[in-house]
Amino acid sequence: MSANHQLLAAGLDLAYGERQIVSALDLTLPPGKLTVIVGANACGKSTLLRGLARLLTPTRGAVYLDGKPIHQMPTRQVATILGVLPQSPIAPDAISVTDLVGRGRYPHQGWFRRWTPEDDTAVAEALAATDTAELADRPVDELSGGQRQRVWIAMALAQQTDLLLLDEPTTFLDINHQVEVLDLLTDLVRHRGRTIVVVLHDLNLACRYADHIVAMKAGRIVAEGRPVDVVTEAVVKDVFGMTARVVVDPVSNTPMIVPIGRHHAGKAMA
Amino acid sequence: MSVVSDASRIIAVRHSAATRRRNVLLGLALALLAAFALALYLGDYPVPASGIVQSLLSPVTGLADRSVDFIVLQVRLPRAILAVLSGASFALAGIIFQTLLRNPLASPDIIGVAHGASAAAVFCIIILGWSGLAVSFGAFGGAVLTALAIYFLAWRNGVTAFRVVLIGIGMAAMLAAVISYLFTRARLNEVQQAMAWLVGSLNAARPGDSIVLAGAMLVLIPLMIGLVRALDAMELGDDTARALGAPVELTRLGLMLVAVGFAAFATAAVGPVGFVAFVSGPLARSLLKGAGRGFAQAALVGALVMLVSDLLAQHLLPTVQLPVGVVTGACGALFLLWLLMASGRSGRVN
Repeated sequence: MSANHQLLAAGLDLAYGERQIVSALDLTLPPGKLTVIVGANACGKSTLLRGLARLLTPTRGAVYLDGKPIHQMPTRQVATILGVLPQSPIAPDAISVTDLVGRGRYPHQGWFRRWTPEDDTAVAEALAATDTAELADRPVDELSGGQRQRVWIAMALAQQTDLLLLDEPTTFLDINHQVEVLDLLTDLVRHRGRTIVVVLHDLNLACRYADHIVAMKAGRIVAEGRPVDVVTEAVVKDVFGMTARVVVDPVSNTPMIVPIGRHHAGKAMA
Repeated sequence: MSVVSDASRIIAVRHSAATRRRNVLLGLALALLAAFALALYLGDYPVPASGIVQSLLSPVTGLADRSVDFIVLQVRLPRAILAVLSGASFALAGIIFQTLLRNPLASPDIIGVAHGASAAAVFCIIILGWSGLAVSFGAFGGAVLTALAIYFLAWRNGVTAFRVVLIGIGMAAMLAAVISYLFTRARLNEVQQAMAWLVGSLNAARPGDSIVLAGAMLVLIPLMIGLVRALDAMELGDDTARALGAPVELTRLGLMLVAVGFAAFATAAVGPVGFVAFVSGPLARSLLKGAGRGFAQAALVGALVMLVSDLLAQHLLPTVQLPVGVVTGACGALFLLWLLMASGRSGRVN
C-alpha cells in the first residue's frame, strides 16, 4: 500500500443549514504525511474534516479525490480509498471486537462477495497494528476507553484505505493513551505509507506528531506548514486568543506551547 | 503474535458466533414446532395425536373423518398458522424499527403505527359501519398513513431516531384521544365490536387471513434481506455508515417501509396485538448475547410468543376464551416496566 491518492479542497464552503462554518477554504493534504488540524472550539475543524470525508455536502467549492469531485463519486468506491473515524461512533450492544472491526470490511463486500479469508487477514492485521488482538473475543462494552479507541481505529484500518481521517481520536483518553494512539498513527504513516488527517485538541501533541499542521480560526486557515515553521507566539495568539510562550520541546525539538494566563504574566516576562 | 495466528483466532471468534446463532435458531424452531403441535392437539373437542396426523395427511391419503378434519383443518390449523405468521410479522416490524432507531422503545406498537391502525379501524366500525375484511383494509391504510406522517414530521435534514420516537409517542397519544372520542359517539354494540378488534384476537381466524399475510411476507422478506446488509455499517452511527459507503437514507426509508408493511398486514389480519413487536427483538438478542443482529431469531420468538399467548388465552381460564391481546398485553407491560427500570439504571433508554 502506497500513498498515491490525493485529497484537496478548493474554494470550500461548508454550512449547517443557514449557518456558514467554513468559508472559501483551500487545502491540499500532503500524501504520505500526518496532517493535524488544530483550532479553538467551534472554529470549524471537525466540520472541515466531515467535508473532506464527503459526510457533509459543500454549499460552494468542492473536495477532489484524485482530481474528481468526491461528492460525485460512488460512495462505495470512495470508501475503498478513504476511511473516516467520526467523533462519536456507536458500538451496538454486546458486539464483539472481532465483529466491530469486521464492519470495516463493508465497502469490500457486496451482494455476492460475502466474507472471505482476505477479510480475516485484513481484520487480523488491523488488530495487530493496534495491539488489540488479545481482545478479539471480548465485547466492546467491557473495554476501557483506551482499548475501545484502539478498536475503533482498528475498524477504520480494516477498511484498508490509503487515506484515513480521524476526528479527535484522543478525546476522553488519558495522556498515556493519547500518546499511544498518536504513536500508532505515526507508525501507519512512516511504515505503511498512509496519508492521515487528524483533528486534535492538544496543541503540544499536535506540534510533536504533525508533519503538517493546519491552524484554523473562524472557518478559515490561518497558517499551515511544518510545526517548526508555523507555530509561533503570534499564531497561537491569533488562533486561540491566548498569550503563550513557544519554547523548544526538549524531547522532540518541536515547538511547545506554554500558556501564560492572567496570574503568571509577571513571571513570564522575567 | 503473528498475523496468521491472529487470523485463526478471528476465524474462531466468528465461528463461535455463527454456532451460537445457529443453535438459538434451532432451539427456537424446535420450541415453535412443539407449540404448534400443542396448538393442534389442545381443545375442547379431544382428538388423539394419531387423529391429528391422519387429518393433516388426509389431502394426500384421502382418508377422511369429517368432524375431526373440520376441527383440525378448519379451526385449529388456520388459527395456529395465523398466529405464527402474524407473530413473525410483528416481530420483524419491531426489530427493524428498534435496530434502525437504536432504541428498544421504538417499536411500532409504541410509536403510534399500531394506534394509527386502531384509530382507522374504530373509525371504520363506528362511523362507516363497516365490518370484517373492510375493517382490516381500513386498519392497513391507517397504519401506513400514520407511519408516513411520523416520518415526515420527524424529517429535518434527515431523520433522527430520537425525533421519530418522540413524535411517534405524541402521535400515539393523539390517536388514542381520537379513539376515545369516537367511542363517545358510538352505540353500545359498535363499541363492543370495536373493542374486540382493538384487543386483537385470533378467534375469528380464517384461512384467507393467512393467505393474504403470507403473500405480503413473501414480498417483504426478500426486500428486507436485500436491504439489511447496509445495517452492518448503519449500526455504527450515520457518519460511520456514510464513511463506509453505505446508502444510509435509502436503506432507512426502504427498511421503514418494509417494517410498516409487516406491521400493517399483521395488524389488518389479527388486530393490534400489543407488545409482540416490542418484546421479540430484545428477547432474541438476549439469547444471542451479541452474536448477531437476530432478525431471523426475532421472527421465531415473535411466532412463539404469539402462539403460546394464544394457547394461554384459550385454555388458561376453564370457562372463558380470552383474546390473545389480553395475554400479550399483560406479559408485555411487565416486560416494558422491566426494560424501563433496567435501562433507567444503566442510563440508556436512548
